[in-house]
Amino acid sequence: MADDDDRVFKALADPTRRFLLDRLFERDGRTLTELESELDMTRFGVMKHLRVLEDAGLVVARRSGREKLHFLNPVPIRLIHDRWIGKFKERQVSALVDLKAELEKKS
Amino acid sequence: MTTATDSATTDKSVTTQVYRVYIKATPQAVWDAITKPEFAAKYGYGGRMELDLKPGGAYKGYASDLMKSYGAPDLVVVGDVIESNPPNRLVLTWHPIWDPQTSAEPATRLTYEIEEEMGLVRLTLTHDVTGAPYIAKQVSGEIPNAGGGWPFVLSDIKSLLETGKAMVAA
Repeated sequence: MADDDDRVFKALADPTRRFLLDRLFERDGRTLTELESELDMTRFGVMKHLRVLEDAGLVVARRSGREKLHFLNPVPIRLIHDRWIGKFKERQVSALVDLKAELEKKS
Repeated sequence: MTTATDSATTDKSVTTQVYRVYIKATPQAVWDAITKPEFAAKYGYGGRMELDLKPGGAYKGYASDLMKSYGAPDLVVVGDVIESNPPNRLVLTWHPIWDPQTSAEPATRLTYEIEEEMGLVRLTLTHDVTGAPYIAKQVSGEIPNAGGGWPFVLSDIKSLLETGKAMVAA
């Protein structure tokens, strides 16, 4: 699972790829042609970035007739949230629970 | 590619949400987590549900105690099964009726696809929210303090199946 996290962090570590995610957040299910029109970059370059986002699971491509539509998949970001941020929050809470147990035992 | 196709696609695409997660489990286990009432109460929003797994069968989702404490009615989602092909594909209508605004919008459609890929299960949830912009916002997890929507639910299914316990105690 560490691999999955690595792929997500690496995919997010690039401004062009974050820009593509922002565009899809604004309006989901876009074609390569649409996405390409918003970037000053070759079609091949945009394809490469989309590929990295797909490998990280942040973009899911689906066929619709003859077209390939790109959808933003927020689940990997949620997983990182739950695994990291959720974990740290839990630790604070469990520390307080432990403290409460400790104090109540003494009284 | 003509302009006409492009705009047709655009109209369709804005009303579909796609969520995907990879889970270390069998397709049957993922299917059970989605379709069996005893599993459904263990993750996500933790509400009870009833599901009659045949075409035309009813789906009913009930509010958890926590949701009720925020004023939700007992019955929060209703739907009908359109297609059931265990353990790979489930299609159902899904109409949240937890507040007047969701009730006023038309029923939406959920498609669950469960596929095996390299020893993992790839679970893809496609939510067709045509004509239901308010429901679309509610389920996408965009609204703060509303529970996180589908990203939260799918993340929690993964937690439950891989670790035996959900992130949030229901």
